[in-house]
Amino acid sequence: MSSTQTSRAPFDPAGLFKALFLAAIAIFVLVPLLATVLGGFKSLGELRVNPFGLPQHWEWQNYADILFSARYWQLLRNSLIISSLAVTLTLIVASMAAFAFAHVRFYGSSMLLSYLTLGLLFPAATAVLPLFIKVRDLGLLDTYFGVALPQVAFSLAMSVLLLRRFFKDIPYELLEAALVDGCSYIKFFRYVTLPLSRPILATVGTITFVNSWNAYLLPLVMLNTDALYPWPLGIMVYQGEYSSEWHLILAFITLTILPTVVLFLLAQKHIVAGLTAGAVKG
Amino acid sequence: MARRIAFASAMDVAAERAPQAAVRGPRWDGRFTVLILFLPPALLLFTLFVVLPIGEAAWYSAFNWNGFGRPTNWIGFDNYRFVLETRAFWLALRNNGLIIAVSLAIQLPLALTLALMLAERFRGAVALRMLFFMPYILAEIATGLIFSFVYDGDYGLVASIWRTFGAEPPHLLASTDTAMLAVLIVIVWKYFGFHMMLFIAALQGLDKSLIEAARIDGATRTQTLRHVVVPLLYPTIRLSVFFAIIGSLQLFDLVMPLTRGGPADSSNTMVSFLYNNGISRMRVGYGSAIGVILFVICVTFAFTYKRWFMRDE
Repeated sequence: MSSTQTSRAPFDPAGLFKALFLAAIAIFVLVPLLATVLGGFKSLGELRVNPFGLPQHWEWQNYADILFSARYWQLLRNSLIISSLAVTLTLIVASMAAFAFAHVRFYGSSMLLSYLTLGLLFPAATAVLPLFIKVRDLGLLDTYFGVALPQVAFSLAMSVLLLRRFFKDIPYELLEAALVDGCSYIKFFRYVTLPLSRPILATVGTITFVNSWNAYLLPLVMLNTDALYPWPLGIMVYQGEYSSEWHLILAFITLTILPTVVLFLLAQKHIVAGLTAGAVKG
Repeated sequence: MARRIAFASAMDVAAERAPQAAVRGPRWDGRFTVLILFLPPALLLFTLFVVLPIGEAAWYSAFNWNGFGRPTNWIGFDNYRFVLETRAFWLALRNNGLIIAVSLAIQLPLALTLALMLAERFRGAVALRMLFFMPYILAEIATGLIFSFVYDGDYGLVASIWRTFGAEPPHLLASTDTAMLAVLIVIVWKYFGFHMMLFIAALQGLDKSLIEAARIDGATRTQTLRHVVVPLLYPTIRLSVFFAIIGSLQLFDLVMPLTRGGPADSSNTMVSFLYNNGISRMRVGYGSAIGVILFVICVTFAFTYKRWFMRDE
């Protein structure tokens, strides 16, 4: 499977075809994204006649207005609060359960684990009406927790599985030695398992974060107050208000996907590993 | 090596902080404490917010109920009958079928081809991988909004192309003939990179010696690909199909900014149908019945698929 031989040849139809094919797909992916970013720099009039090209006149004002609006920052803040809650709780709750499943043999452990993995089989949407009523009865409607707690519950299955597989690779002899030396299970968890598991904790944390940051249905059902909306809800409201002023909407979209793209570039290793993690069977 | 040092220092810390632990009781006590402290939070959250709601959906689906007070108006299986008599339900089901068909017929071969190209090392391969994966991490809502601009009949990219050919631009998302097609294109745009990454991860984990052996035995590039590499990828292909189908059954966020399931229910998925007919009108019984049907479809599919196609894994 070497392309080095073929690419050295002076003319290579297969290589040319491949390059053209890759270029076509790259254009297919890039054009909508670039048009969105650049569209935010155009006036509405220019957008209509020139949606593809560079702006003739750069309208920095579109972006500036949004960046200086309290609304934009409030949306990001709400999203950040909900996602941070979801990530923190998932990491704590899932790593504790994963530790018990990885290191303690007890009657019914495999049954309980299969019970948790049931969560992988169906989407949250199937039970969203009863979930709404449950959250309402708990008095959590219109609160950050009302969104974050169900998100944690639905991310548990995957998180526990990933963490458990990693914890199991920590040699059992180490645990035995620690126990003989008088270390307790809980101290072992705190001072050995967790520090050794930073990579997998980062991976699980990143998946949970991206899922929570992008989520739409749960906040849509659980939140009524605009002031609590995370950005996916906020941007839909914004689009409703400025329905055909596409230059503003495009600038707003660009600024709301910017944090995701930056996070992706910073943590691409964890994101790719985490989001394709289901592929590697444990 | 670094790992071992980390072990050692962590152990020191642990031992330091537990000077009198040696006099603790038998080891079972420690394990019992772990079980009592560590398992309940996860089990409680999972039961409360995942398992119970599914059970309650089955219960609520037997009532005509708007969500206020207690459900009292018992109507048996009528909600299910109402759902099955709704034309929009069958349209949504058909659309989910279409999404699956497009995933299998277009998205999967595309992802596999790209993975085979980009698993090789050449300049720009990594950058292209990242570029193709990018749409997958964007929020569905943002993607949907971007494409509602692309498709916009007045300002959009498609309209602009149409106008350069002197034609009257179509409003793709506003016509029952084209709305679902437009949604399908966005689905391919957004998700092919994820499947490509699955395949690349699998390709990188392949035993290279098998491929070399085939080459040494005189197999051509195409033969090696056809008879060695692709068969080795079958488990990943089955997994990719599984994700494509489960993903189609939960698709919602993407549809909302594009069409909200319209016009005339022509682009609803199961979940957007559930949202439009159950959730947004607080018809708890009716919506729960849709939820239960969706649940049964998902679970039946998952179990059947695992049993038929993924038995060996």
